Amino acid sequence: MALRHFGAAAAFAVMVGMTASPALAVTEIQWWHAMTGANNDVIVKLATDFNASQTDYKVIPTYKGNYPDTMNAGIAAFRAGNAPHIMQVFEVGTATMMAATGAVKPVYKLMAEAGEKFDPKNYLSAITGYYSTSKGEMLSFPFNSSSTVMWVNLDELKKANVEIPKTWPETFAAAKKLHDNGHPTCGFSGSWITWVNLEQLSAWHNVPLASKANGLDGFDTVLEFNGPLQVKHLEKLVELQKDKTYDYAGRTNTGEGRFTSGECPIYLTSSAFFGNVKAQAKFAFNAVPMPYYPDVKGAPQNSIIGGASLWVMGGKSADEYKGVAKFLTFLSDTDRQVYIHKASGYLPITKAAYEKAKAEGFYKDQPYLETPLLELTNKEPTENSRGLRLGNMVQLRDVWSEEIEQALAGKKTAKQALDAAVERGNTMLRQFEKTAVK
Amino acid sequence: MQKQAIFQSKLLPYALVAPQLAIVLIFFYWPALQAVIQSFLLQDAFGLSTTFVWFENYVELFRDPAYFEAIVRTFLFSFAIAVSSLSFALLLAVMADKPLRGSMLYRTLLIWPYAVAPPVVGVLWIFMLHPSLGVLSRYLRAVGIDWNPLLDGDQAAALIILAAAWKQISYNFLFFLAGLQAIPKSVFEAAAIDGARPMRRFWTVTFPLLSPTIFFLLVVNIVYAFFDTFGIIDTMTRGGPGTSTVTLVYKVYSDGLLGGNLGSSAAQSVILMVMVIVLTGIQFRFVERKVTY
Repeated sequence: MALRHFGAAAAFAVMVGMTASPALAVTEIQWWHAMTGANNDVIVKLATDFNASQTDYKVIPTYKGNYPDTMNAGIAAFRAGNAPHIMQVFEVGTATMMAATGAVKPVYKLMAEAGEKFDPKNYLSAITGYYSTSKGEMLSFPFNSSSTVMWVNLDELKKANVEIPKTWPETFAAAKKLHDNGHPTCGFSGSWITWVNLEQLSAWHNVPLASKANGLDGFDTVLEFNGPLQVKHLEKLVELQKDKTYDYAGRTNTGEGRFTSGECPIYLTSSAFFGNVKAQAKFAFNAVPMPYYPDVKGAPQNSIIGGASLWVMGGKSADEYKGVAKFLTFLSDTDRQVYIHKASGYLPITKAAYEKAKAEGFYKDQPYLETPLLELTNKEPTENSRGLRLGNMVQLRDVWSEEIEQALAGKKTAKQALDAAVERGNTMLRQFEKTAVK
Repeated sequence: MQKQAIFQSKLLPYALVAPQLAIVLIFFYWPALQAVIQSFLLQDAFGLSTTFVWFENYVELFRDPAYFEAIVRTFLFSFAIAVSSLSFALLLAVMADKPLRGSMLYRTLLIWPYAVAPPVVGVLWIFMLHPSLGVLSRYLRAVGIDWNPLLDGDQAAALIILAAAWKQISYNFLFFLAGLQAIPKSVFEAAAIDGARPMRRFWTVTFPLLSPTIFFLLVVNIVYAFFDTFGIIDTMTRGGPGTSTVTLVYKVYSDGLLGGNLGSSAAQSVILMVMVIVLTGIQFRFVERKVTY
């Protein structure tokens, strides 16, 4: 599948290469990405359209594997002195990219130097907040964003006579009922255990995950997610794991098939799961906001994003940067954002595009595509819900998952596990702080 | 007696070994040296800031109890993988060596798993034994086993060992079969005439005559289990649940490639390198004595 699309992209690149007249000194812009399937088609179309819209620049998209592969390929290319111009990096890599001063060209600087019209206020702050400094300077360009939602199997809920739950206590009760009525192996579950049950949980309840605005204000941040809310939540999961009212489905999204197959009627994961649900689910479904604890004051707050953004790499010529800036402006266009939103299921990044999709009645048939937007814009983001910027995030998540798994397996209590996750994580953050470019 | 008859030139032998030497230097010694250098450095992923930290990366490792657990785990895994894949391959080879109808077909089929890439092996076994996706998991649960390698560390470890050993069986099988076929039939006939039964013939004739092959495969299998299993671990368990399937080489891979912590990763690979050198040394020093060529 991926290969086929890669072939298409390559063929396209060759085709464009042949038709471009050599007299016109076209500046090439390399764009490395990690999109497969329908989303790869979107990328190829965006590049084709941009190339057709003017004659000075040519964007060449290249598929480089999954998110970590693409990032590693970019880092290796940078070390070898031929980095691409634009690199798609998943949100987890943000701190690593940000720490690499000199290796990247901040988007706000790029746009200013190239003289492109650019107002960060046009973009949804819940999305750009993740990729901006605390001063609001946008470092990378948001491309594909998603958020955590709760997917529900409406047929099964109806069968068990369960209302769609809004709060966590309701969710636990609903799962219990479902568990006793035809779902003995899984009342509810979810993917990306740390993203959903630590990172989103904390933001959604306006509780810090780490100090210094979750790391956005500096690399000397310390983890703080072993507080009462997170401990209580994990304790509940551990308790429900015992009889599989909740059933752990792995660290990544390999367990998502359990929802589409009908095994788990309630499943918390990314809103980007929609393509698969739509293609595979043989039941009525919806995606609703994440549950919250009603006893936490102010909850729910707003959710944070997942997905990836486009980083512009450093050390390129002014002319090349001009082309990159033009391309980013091209991507920001309202109609184009609406197209990306509809074709990929990822969120629109500008306010205008969201309004336009709403006005078109796009969410009437597909309410689950608006849910993540409603969550992200639920309230004005706070220090605790603007985003995360923690170094070594891939490794951090693995360490947190390890500890949560120990708790779920009954080897540690929830409190012990989260304390250990915080302690081990802090050691890694100090290590990252040492290597970060001052 | 003529001692040096053919090669008159003093340079020619050097010229002839030069390409091989160059390959060894460029592809083995140079990266190894790089790893040693890198292990003394603290560097960000992009290589923009580098600090020389002496042995800090090593000290950090030995301060971490999880690292010792990984060492012990790696030895247990390697032992289990080597023993199970060697013994099973030997059994299959002995059976395929018999004059059977269609033995060529069996032999070909048995070699297939070796051609499969480690991550594909992982995916293959996941489809069979994933707690909810797996075909076999249903049967396991039906007979009352609470099969859940996502949370049960011992089950996850068993899964990794099974998949890793399965992949290596064909390689071992190939060598065992060749070894068996190289044993002259007359030896068996003589033993049979003397009245030795099949089991006795196997242990007193076949096994000792196979010992060079077994020894060779033992070394190869240990090296395989040490170095080549991270792809399987990455696709099947990602080191979890907890840290119950984190082996040394997976730690090198996840810290270095996934985590961008190059200094620690390099230090770990240097330690791993030393370990395998020592291990191989021990094998040749002590185990090889029992081998009759």
